Amino acid sequence: MSAAARIDTARQPVLEMRHISKTFGPIRALQDVSLIVHAGELHALMGENGAGKSTLMKVLSGAYRPDPGGEILIDGVPAATGDPIKARAQGIAVIYQELSLAPNLSVAQNIFLGNEPRRFGIVDREQCNRRAGEIIARLGVTFSVRTPVASLSLGERQLVEIARALSTNARIIVMDEPTTSLTSRETDRLFEVIATLKSQGIAIIYISHRMEEVYQLADRVSVLRDSGYVGTLDRSDLNASRLVSMMVGRDLSTFYKKDHRPPDEKRAVALSVRGMSDGNLVKNCSFDLHKGEVLALAGLVGSGRTELARLIFGADRRTSGTLELGGKPISIDSPREALDAGIAYLTEDRKQLGLFLDMSISDNISMGVLAMDAKAGGLRDFNAAERRAAKAVSDLSIRTRSVQANAGSLSGGNQQKVLLARLLETEPQVVILDEPTRGVDVGAKSEIYRLIDNLAKKSIAILMISSELPEVIGIADRVLVMRDGAIAGEVTASEGGPLRQEAIMELATGAAQR
Amino acid sequence: MTDKVADTTKADDRAVGRSRRWRTTFAALGMLPILILLAVGFQLMNPRFFTQTNLLIVMQQSSINIVLAAGMTFVILTGGIDLSVGSILAASAMVAVMVSLVPDWGLLGVPAAILVGLGFGVINGLLIAYIRLPPFIVTLGSLTAVRGVARLLGQDTTVFNSDLPFDFIGNGSLFGVPWLVIIALAVVVLSWLVLKRTVLGTWIYAVGGNAEAARLTGIKVPLVLLFVYGASGLLAGLGGAMSAARLYAANGLQLGQSYELDAIAAVILGGTSFVGGVGSIWGTLIGGLIIAVLSNGLILAGVSDIWQYIIKGLVIIVAVALDRYRLQAGART
Repeated sequence: MSAAARIDTARQPVLEMRHISKTFGPIRALQDVSLIVHAGELHALMGENGAGKSTLMKVLSGAYRPDPGGEILIDGVPAATGDPIKARAQGIAVIYQELSLAPNLSVAQNIFLGNEPRRFGIVDREQCNRRAGEIIARLGVTFSVRTPVASLSLGERQLVEIARALSTNARIIVMDEPTTSLTSRETDRLFEVIATLKSQGIAIIYISHRMEEVYQLADRVSVLRDSGYVGTLDRSDLNASRLVSMMVGRDLSTFYKKDHRPPDEKRAVALSVRGMSDGNLVKNCSFDLHKGEVLALAGLVGSGRTELARLIFGADRRTSGTLELGGKPISIDSPREALDAGIAYLTEDRKQLGLFLDMSISDNISMGVLAMDAKAGGLRDFNAAERRAAKAVSDLSIRTRSVQANAGSLSGGNQQKVLLARLLETEPQVVILDEPTRGVDVGAKSEIYRLIDNLAKKSIAILMISSELPEVIGIADRVLVMRDGAIAGEVTASEGGPLRQEAIMELATGAAQR
Repeated sequence: MTDKVADTTKADDRAVGRSRRWRTTFAALGMLPILILLAVGFQLMNPRFFTQTNLLIVMQQSSINIVLAAGMTFVILTGGIDLSVGSILAASAMVAVMVSLVPDWGLLGVPAAILVGLGFGVINGLLIAYIRLPPFIVTLGSLTAVRGVARLLGQDTTVFNSDLPFDFIGNGSLFGVPWLVIIALAVVVLSWLVLKRTVLGTWIYAVGGNAEAARLTGIKVPLVLLFVYGASGLLAGLGGAMSAARLYAANGLQLGQSYELDAIAAVILGGTSFVGGVGSIWGTLIGGLIIAVLSNGLILAGVSDIWQYIIKGLVIIVAVALDRYRLQAGART
């Protein structure tokens, strides 16, 4: 008997989200999304990165207030929105990827944190432990409620989070990528717990990129794409190709620029990576990057793409792996050595890891080549910096009143161009771009695509990490797909045809293995 | 046509460059009104305040603190802190006096003091830059340990040299300006040169503004950190020589007690951000003068020693609060 059989869809749904939209200034994060969830159901929510899943769940948990016109019904009754405390009282609990437990407190103390049973105003330890024990027993797991959370494994901590949700009588539990950091045994145990919860009539909204899990667990699957609702599939209608096409089915627009000639077999190898590992996430990655090639590194968030790029750039310590640049073995242990060798890296997080927001645009652009420009005695050559900045501003059409303005005063797209300008000043032979168009408006995006195309024409080798499939299809010559820290496969264009999004998505989610 | 565009951009550059410089100057001199206000107030209380003799005394008294605060400016600009400068000053002063007692080689007391300061600063820097210990903890440790070294050097006694070969530093003048003041101003000008005119200076601001970005840009962050702690130690060593020259003596236990707090106060009064990346040496100069004017003026006004402490502390807090308020108001417009 399958779990799905017990769900009576004719009955009043426990949760109904109707016409939910959410805008942040000019950005539309959700557009008219509706979702119906029944008691005892596991409802999977799928979609590409940035499709709107997290925003929808934040509306549900009260972290965001939906735009007027949207409403949330619980047991058919309109519920309060935009208030996390009321949302919790209405039986909604969210278990986030980053767990929010206090490591030095016991399991029982964590379960009742902020909600402690009291007697005469004093926390009632006895009752706390007894009730925590009851809840833990409901989950069918065995560890002492007196154990400090710090001594539990990640999987066990997740169960404590679930127990905490149950302690507030949650009836709708949202799990956001709950298995990301779990071992396979812990995952199995979590699935048993999920089955127990369902049998007790609790509805679960399950966000996951992993096809296997969704096939194994879901009663129904809803797909979001580009901030909008695409559709819902019943368990019986579930199949990989249909799901993938629902997730990616977009038209390719024409604004991707690809004039450079894709390299043929004989094109020289610029960078050869062998057996890169970091002893943690990245496992034994090997690939070749050719001169004049745009190689995309695709994969889901958390698949280890950025980590691999940082290993190549020497920003993090590797446990194994070798590099060859233009056929010669090189050893790179720091960003300085990488830059000296001709490898440059654009970070995905420009504010935290890229820009000096309180310094001028000119200083930001020249920062990597100050020593090269310096006059005798280490004195700054301000004219050189000025020249570089003026050239970059016109080459990359950075929109600013002056190169003396603070970098922090620029828009996202122009900040990104400043970072690209800084990277180009080092005259690299190999360029690693980590999400080069993240948080950038459409105009700047197409300018960045043109820049990448021009670099490829100049025989520079480009490795581009991107979570946007249309972008990958639009400008890459070849795609490597990562999953769980390893390179899951390669997608190439066959006979001049386009790269297939479905092939990339299947490799990224592991659907191809079925 | 193109020329015209280039022209307007140039003009804009100059305009923004000017307004940027003006803003920096304004931020640095933001405390200048407070300095002037204090001076005028003290003059009203005691007409002897605005005499040439007294103003020279104020500058002389502030000179050692300004030298320490210059080093502290480097450190705080990188987002760090150096609590050990008072102790390093004591140890260096001990060395200066002891070396000055060596017949014929007494003048070497000054370079010896500076080298000892540099040595301790470099040890701080190595621990912070390469072992990656937090600056607060490393320099808190050396605050105590170096104080012990200073006492050990003189067997916990005061060392004297009434015939100090470099006593002109502490008590002589050049064209009527005390050497102590000349040295302090020279240190400020040199620090300005390093911070604003050299590659290293730009790196210091970059490391303080965003250390991880600096590393990814290829800046050798540990070397920059080693430099700033080394410089802070070296200037504390110089302060030790100045102090010894003024007193003809040094005492490992008492000399330089809580000097680090005055130096930090001068930097913060000067508008340098405590998290690094923003600030200037001119601000530090004004901050140091405010502290000296306060001490001097309160003495002239006949305020008791105990009340001087309380008032100085309150003025520091109020001045920084006013500054914060002014900057926020500026940001809103």
